[in-house]
Amino acid sequence: MNKKKGMGLLARQQAAGWAFLTPATLLIFVMSFWPMVRAFIISFQTGSAANLKWAEPVTKNYQRMLQDKMFQTAMGNTFLYLVIQVPIMLVLAILLAQLLNNKDLKFRGLFRTMIFLPCATALVSYAIIFKSLFATQGLINSALVGIGILKENYNFLGNPASAKAVIIIALLWRWTGYNMVFFLSGLQNIEYSVYEAAKIDGANAWKTFWNITVPLLKPVIVMTGIMSINGTLQLFDESVNLTNGGPANTTITMSHYIYNNSLGQGVANFGYASALSFIVFILVAVLAAINLKVGDTRD
Amino acid sequence: MTEAPRKTNVSHIQLRLIPSYIFLIIVSLISVFPLYWMLTAATNTTVEVARGKIWFGTNLLVNYQNLIKQQDLWRAMGNSFLYSTVQTVVCLFVCSLAGYGFELYHDKHKDRLFSILLLAMMVPQVATLIPLFMMVSKMKLLNTVWAFILPSISTPFMIMMFRQNSRNFPVDVLEAARIDGESELRIFFNMYFPIMKSTYAAAAVITFMNSWNAYMWPRVVMKDNSAQTMPMLIANLSNGYAVDYGMMMLGVLFCSLPTIIIFFVLQKQFAEGITGSVK
Repeated sequence: MNKKKGMGLLARQQAAGWAFLTPATLLIFVMSFWPMVRAFIISFQTGSAANLKWAEPVTKNYQRMLQDKMFQTAMGNTFLYLVIQVPIMLVLAILLAQLLNNKDLKFRGLFRTMIFLPCATALVSYAIIFKSLFATQGLINSALVGIGILKENYNFLGNPASAKAVIIIALLWRWTGYNMVFFLSGLQNIEYSVYEAAKIDGANAWKTFWNITVPLLKPVIVMTGIMSINGTLQLFDESVNLTNGGPANTTITMSHYIYNNSLGQGVANFGYASALSFIVFILVAVLAAINLKVGDTRD
Repeated sequence: MTEAPRKTNVSHIQLRLIPSYIFLIIVSLISVFPLYWMLTAATNTTVEVARGKIWFGTNLLVNYQNLIKQQDLWRAMGNSFLYSTVQTVVCLFVCSLAGYGFELYHDKHKDRLFSILLLAMMVPQVATLIPLFMMVSKMKLLNTVWAFILPSISTPFMIMMFRQNSRNFPVDVLEAARIDGESELRIFFNMYFPIMKSTYAAAAVITFMNSWNAYMWPRVVMKDNSAQTMPMLIANLSNGYAVDYGMMMLGVLFCSLPTIIIFFVLQKQFAEGITGSVK
């Protein structure tokens, strides 16, 4: 039986364990960590892909960033989407989950399916749908003129403020149901008896929600918060396909701007784009860390 | 405890739920309407769409003919299917193997390595775009399925999902198989895989959808017209000056249909897939 020498049974198991996780680990190092390091190095260089040289001075790309009005606009836009859209979406998602978690409610499955449906749509698809709905000759205009709210067709996507509003509305439409699913599964883990006890203690629905549901959902809130911040800081598909950053780059996001500077519009400014993308990385990391810290106060 | 009081009780509860119903109906309608509109627009002429028609028309065939005249629709559909399927199979294999390794063979070092891998979640896609593009083009893989799948074969999200779900894998089965002299890899294929079927289903749904919908990376590495995917195709449609809304919405419909069908058929797996790593 035990013909194999050298390797004991336990050692062989150990080796198998390591072998199993090696391909995935290598791929993450080569496809995520190493490119991140590369991006950091490239951010101190200038020139096109085939011809990268150290910048003179080395921090040139970072200095340029400070004077780049367009990047500041892109950053401002991204944060505007973040600050307005994420809180509304999360509150709405919790509210919907809370309503749908009621056992007396009829057609729960149907409601859930319908509210969840938008996240089966491709990002590009829904961006184009919203672009068409809000077009000057689009349905929203026809409807608003029809019922007399607007006198004449309004170019929603041609005005910076309303174009930003359309992006936020579209984002809410696409992602609220997605987040609701997390809260629903979080709520289902809360024992029903906790609510019974609260009822006996005479707590009303509002108090129950704030004193029981929200604290118990805190881990889910922190996680959906991190995911939403991460996603919003990286907004790309919507900016490209809904407004194409316009009018006149007033709705452009950071990722879209970086793309335009590197691989998008024939401006292969790899060094500068890498410096910009490093800022996105730092923002994602810092905001996630803050979120984790805030979420941790309970323990 | 007779019938009568219970009934009034029930209708009393339903009465109090009326505001909830109204709110949920409004939200549901808003959620469904844009997709319903897409469906109707695909069957109408561009003039009818612009006029605000929201019922089905008779122009579907003409829209279809215009669409295939302008774009290689079935090529793009085929590409998207091919890339997403290969992506799903390879990703599931690599990540489940890792999740299995991390959970069932876990020790201090592997746990530490796992938390390092999780940091990859913080890496924004746009930051790795340039180095990855340089890497892939140096490897002469542009416009191939490998360029499409390489960066997202191994994701922390999927490894975590398989690792979490592997906790439910009965360890005695593993021990028994070992005593029977089964090799570690055979155990993975013959025991782990069948037992974890539902996790694989959820992971497959989410991976397929994500890669079907991918846009930024394919746009960078699948420049060739013959390599383009559905999201790229419909993005091209909408960039023209004179947009044919009927035709464009038919394109959007083609792009959305596979994921929407998957959603309706496998909704439970989809919900499990997105929340999978949280439990």
